[in-house]
Amino acid sequence: MAVGRYNRALPELPVSLILALGLLACNGGASNGEKGEIVIGEYGSLTGTAATFGLSTKEGVELATKEQNTAGGIAGNTIRVVVEDDQSKPEEAATAVNKILSSDRPVAVLGEVSSSRSLAAAPLLQRASVPMISPSSTNEKVTLIGDYIFRVCFIDPFQGEAIAKFAYGDKGLRKVAILEDVKNDYSVGLAKVFTENFTAMGGEIVGQEAYSEGDFDFKAQLTNLIAKEPEALILTGYYTEVGLIARQARELGFKGVFLGGDGWDSEKLVENGKDAIVGGYYTNHYSVDDPSPAVQDFIKKYEAEYHKKPDGLAALGYDAAKILYMAMTDVAKDPAMAAAFADRSSTPATDETRLAARKALRDRLAVVKDYPGVTGNITIDKDRNAEKPAVVVEVTKDGPKFVSKISPKGSEPAPAAPVDPAAPPADPAAAPPAAPK
Amino acid sequence: MTLFLQQLINGLSLGAIYALIALGYTMVYGTLQLINFAHSEVFMMGAFAAFLFAGAMGWGDGAGVGAAAAVALVAMGSCAILGMTIERIAYRPMRKSTRLNMLITAIGVSIFLQNLALRLWGTNLTFPDLIAKTNWEIAGVNVASNSVMVLGVTLVLMIGLTWLIEKTKIGLAMRAVSHSRETAALMGIPVDRTISFTFALGSALAGAGAFLFLLGAPKVDPQMGAMPGLKAFVAAVLGGIGSVPGAVVGALVLGLCETFVSGYVSSTWRDAVAFCVLIVILLYKPSGLFGKHIVEKV
Repeated sequence: MAVGRYNRALPELPVSLILALGLLACNGGASNGEKGEIVIGEYGSLTGTAATFGLSTKEGVELATKEQNTAGGIAGNTIRVVVEDDQSKPEEAATAVNKILSSDRPVAVLGEVSSSRSLAAAPLLQRASVPMISPSSTNEKVTLIGDYIFRVCFIDPFQGEAIAKFAYGDKGLRKVAILEDVKNDYSVGLAKVFTENFTAMGGEIVGQEAYSEGDFDFKAQLTNLIAKEPEALILTGYYTEVGLIARQARELGFKGVFLGGDGWDSEKLVENGKDAIVGGYYTNHYSVDDPSPAVQDFIKKYEAEYHKKPDGLAALGYDAAKILYMAMTDVAKDPAMAAAFADRSSTPATDETRLAARKALRDRLAVVKDYPGVTGNITIDKDRNAEKPAVVVEVTKDGPKFVSKISPKGSEPAPAAPVDPAAPPADPAAAPPAAPK
Repeated sequence: MTLFLQQLINGLSLGAIYALIALGYTMVYGTLQLINFAHSEVFMMGAFAAFLFAGAMGWGDGAGVGAAAAVALVAMGSCAILGMTIERIAYRPMRKSTRLNMLITAIGVSIFLQNLALRLWGTNLTFPDLIAKTNWEIAGVNVASNSVMVLGVTLVLMIGLTWLIEKTKIGLAMRAVSHSRETAALMGIPVDRTISFTFALGSALAGAGAFLFLLGAPKVDPQMGAMPGLKAFVAAVLGGIGSVPGAVVGALVLGLCETFVSGYVSSTWRDAVAFCVLIVILLYKPSGLFGKHIVEKV
């Protein structure tokens, strides 16, 4: 068993008060205006190969939770986030979610970053009718699992298009080669979409090779690809291998540029890849250089708390939690719903009301429109994906540097629209279509 | 042709690292008939030892050859001590019990060490480039200084090991114990001490392997031993487990095989084909390339 199984992010309250709150929650006492506790689940890679993904997300969620609790929680109830570690393994993701579901009875669950791990756990949440928001799984299959599965990031068909646009348009590249991680749904999907877009634009894929997560020797594949003289190598895997690949490619004499997706987003990328990866470009969800007040305000709060710059996954974790709390606050305007959120007892009657509350929450999440998140305006479309622009950043020694912003097809993003304070229509089915396009 | 030569160099430097790990498996198997599954974790611990020592000395990128040599020696030394400790604590009390019990103990030690490293040091740390890297281009073939160093150091260690086993008293004792533990004991050979030494030697080679591994793939991680360890084990079986030259040849065959399959067939088939080669060789030569055919005496 790995370490750090539990991390019960309790707000800083005296123990006695927490106990008292817990007791009240058990009595289902929130209905008469007393304060209870609402439990949210989170699963992520706190240890294992992709640990920075899970840890950054957790910090983002923690920050959002702290803010919400300081501002009075949800209808007076304190939010408690129960975090389970999946050791960066898909099979452990399912175990972690099962554990959260059976022992903590959460109202909703946040997670995972990796598409493979989200895909492993999402069916359990769908079956239990517990809304799940993935902060950053970009493979399009994730939300197709069912109507309780949401995400607050763009999806790979768009990301692949963005990388292709940048490679062909901005960098003027015509001949590229791809190296993908065959064990990773995200990596394979991204490589496929990139190929479709890049060849449609008139570019040529001169070679494509694969590796498996955890490999350490890529020289055989790289030798083959480099022999075909590509101008760039597209690395669709995670930062865990990208740094090593870049180094070994340089050792083999590769002089071109490296391009990739948001799987590169980790402070470990430059640490692993050093000079070899510097000068590479990848698409991401936001950039710390973005002068917009929403971004700068978030960075300031995050730095005050964790003394470092937030990466894209921290920002998405923050947005996912914020949107969830916004939706919960709306639903909890109905005192019965607020009581059901805080109630963790299990009798046929309470199970019924709790299910109804989760259903109301799901319906509210489905109609989120123009939520001004740190990572851009978030609108949940009919497939429960977020439509928003991607940024291209350059890898430098001092962290990622903003290069350009690529918006979804045709639609330039409107200037920051106000939050939709307008509560969801009483009948969510009557809501206007969520996605503009 | 240049492509072929490039892949040849890639394959040899991969095989060299497998060889250093495979030797530990084969030497322990030779003396105890135990498949030491904790060996890949000894390798991993060697990488951590190198990383921590370099960090403690404040050596970063470009610290120089002297620093690198010191780090390599510390990695080897720590692995040797760890190997002996594992043998003393976990395997010696089990020596009289069935082989299956020892195997399970080995797996237990392996899991313990992995989680210990995870608990103590965390994941995905980066080893500094102690020696500035250079690339030579010889007739279109890129030779990295790393690969040269990996092959050079492995060669020197192989020669040293052969000399130690063939020409020294302790080497003679090792060969005697592996031939028959009881007879060796009757001849006055200190069996326990010899076995301890075998573990130390095999583990030190894994430590050297870890250091060389980090030159090419400078990522220190609790799970880093799993894949190289498995491949090295396959290499040892391929060469004939228990045979020292067998482990080296098996490792080089495996490294070349993987590289050429990636290069000329398909990178997704890399492991599949490598393991098929193993199956085919074992079908026709069940004791491996260099394994002794053991005749059961009645």
